[in-house]
Amino acid sequence: MSPISRGFRGRRRAPAGQEGRLPPGQYLTEDFPVLSAGPTPHTPLADWTFSITQGGATEQSWSWQEFRAVPSEDVTVDIHCVTRWSKFDTRWRGVSVDTLLDQAGQDAPYVLAFCDGGYTTNLPIEDVTGGKAWVAFDYDGQPLEPEHGGPARLLVPHLYFWKSAKWVRGLALRDHDAPGFWETYGYHMYGDPWKEQRYAGD
Amino acid sequence: MERTAVRGRLTWQAATVTGLTPETAAVVTITLDPPDWPGHQAGQHLDVRLTAEDGYVAERSYSIASAPGEPLAITVERLEDGEVSPYLTEELRAGDQLELRGPIGGYFVWKPADASPLTLLAGGSGVVPLRAILRDRLRTGSDVQARLLYSARTLPDVIYRDELGQHHDGVAVSYTLTRAQPPGWTGHTGRIDASLLADAAWPATAKPLAYVCGPTSFVETAAAGLVGLGYPPDRVKTERFGATGGH
Amino acid sequence: MDALDGNAIGGLLIDVFGAEMTAATGTCGACGDTGPVAGLVVYLKAPGTVVRCRICGNILMVFVKAHGMTCVDLTGMARLDQPGAA
Repeated sequence: MSPISRGFRGRRRAPAGQEGRLPPGQYLTEDFPVLSAGPTPHTPLADWTFSITQGGATEQSWSWQEFRAVPSEDVTVDIHCVTRWSKFDTRWRGVSVDTLLDQAGQDAPYVLAFCDGGYTTNLPIEDVTGGKAWVAFDYDGQPLEPEHGGPARLLVPHLYFWKSAKWVRGLALRDHDAPGFWETYGYHMYGDPWKEQRYAGD
Repeated sequence: MERTAVRGRLTWQAATVTGLTPETAAVVTITLDPPDWPGHQAGQHLDVRLTAEDGYVAERSYSIASAPGEPLAITVERLEDGEVSPYLTEELRAGDQLELRGPIGGYFVWKPADASPLTLLAGGSGVVPLRAILRDRLRTGSDVQARLLYSARTLPDVIYRDELGQHHDGVAVSYTLTRAQPPGWTGHTGRIDASLLADAAWPATAKPLAYVCGPTSFVETAAAGLVGLGYPPDRVKTERFGATGGH
Repeated sequence: MDALDGNAIGGLLIDVFGAEMTAATGTCGACGDTGPVAGLVVYLKAPGTVVRCRICGNILMVFVKAHGMTCVDLTGMARLDQPGAA
């Protein structure tokens, strides 16, 4: 093991009494780190759409105005990044994925979220329905900033945060679970932070 | 080309901190005594690794501030929201151990045998590896002519100011202060642009070699400016630090 | 969040390739741009380290550290030559 650096505090563990809130191997952060695999996209809202697709065909699509007219809700959740930082009580506003899928009227066992910049991530349909996922457009009472995924990102707080795809533009309904971006490079297909499913094979 | 998985090979060693010298209000030079240092070239960097008692590990890269043959030193800028730099600049003491590995880098290096005139463009803490180059030039008795243009927010932010002021033979140092200037300031102001470079950098006809280092946005603008002056792109070496300095 | 360049992964490249690689020449498999690895665009703060072509943005290298090993994917890189190589 490396020598201990005298006096180096590093990151925080959970406050006393809240240890159960922090998944294994995670550290608590007060700030909101920006992680990215590429440049921040800047799609003008006039060009932005969110789509539900299946078999290459668009089943339903919303323009920004149409998307913002869909009922949305406030959500306060803990989030957990696979790079080991967690943040408690993050406040978002977004449209429940249930609402979007209901409007599209389609079903499939899996989805692949696709995004500006080419990022993708895969999820089972049960993990984006039943009130577990949103397409979020506000963070902490303000419009979601581009560096954090604005204008809208997927929010799936019960899984590692790489599944909460930034700059999301739609969900492709799939019959099979195929790996998205980080899953292709060795990250776990499912990503449950409570089971510490960081990498393939965990 | 395909994918593969391999084990690491560059070795960490625990160096003793031998001194800490404040350079500016937010910047400290740390001298180090590693047990097994193979020597380095001006422009290279080293990686530092901190381990907390709970096992948490943080790693950062810092440019080497010393010339080859001098006591090993790094210069660290304390970043307000930093995780590592506040520790290195405020907590670390002489006698402490600091885990490091290096030297690293084969591109952003200066070789004393190179006779090209030097254009050195520094943005903030990007001056650190360029200072190592100037110190190496001095130590090796090189007669290469060098022009350093150093962009800093204010005069108190200028690192190594006394040392840079001592250069005479063959080294011209000019500053541009981007945020505030002292009364009576006769140097440049504002961010680097084409006219400032035309003034301070070697003309392309001198066949200079350029080293540009600092925050990413500074490097993009400054390097493009040199190419705009006619420098071939492969004669402009760049090293980008994060927007907040360091890697 | 600004990207860095290939200098920032000098240590990582030594870990993976066993040699200094920032001065090596990389060729993008998408657009053919050729230049030093030190000049490539590097995104360090991510679940992995992503290295992209400065001209076209194509992903050239991805490094993921998992279970004590570093996995490297070079499928986007057409060529990677050490300095002095043919």
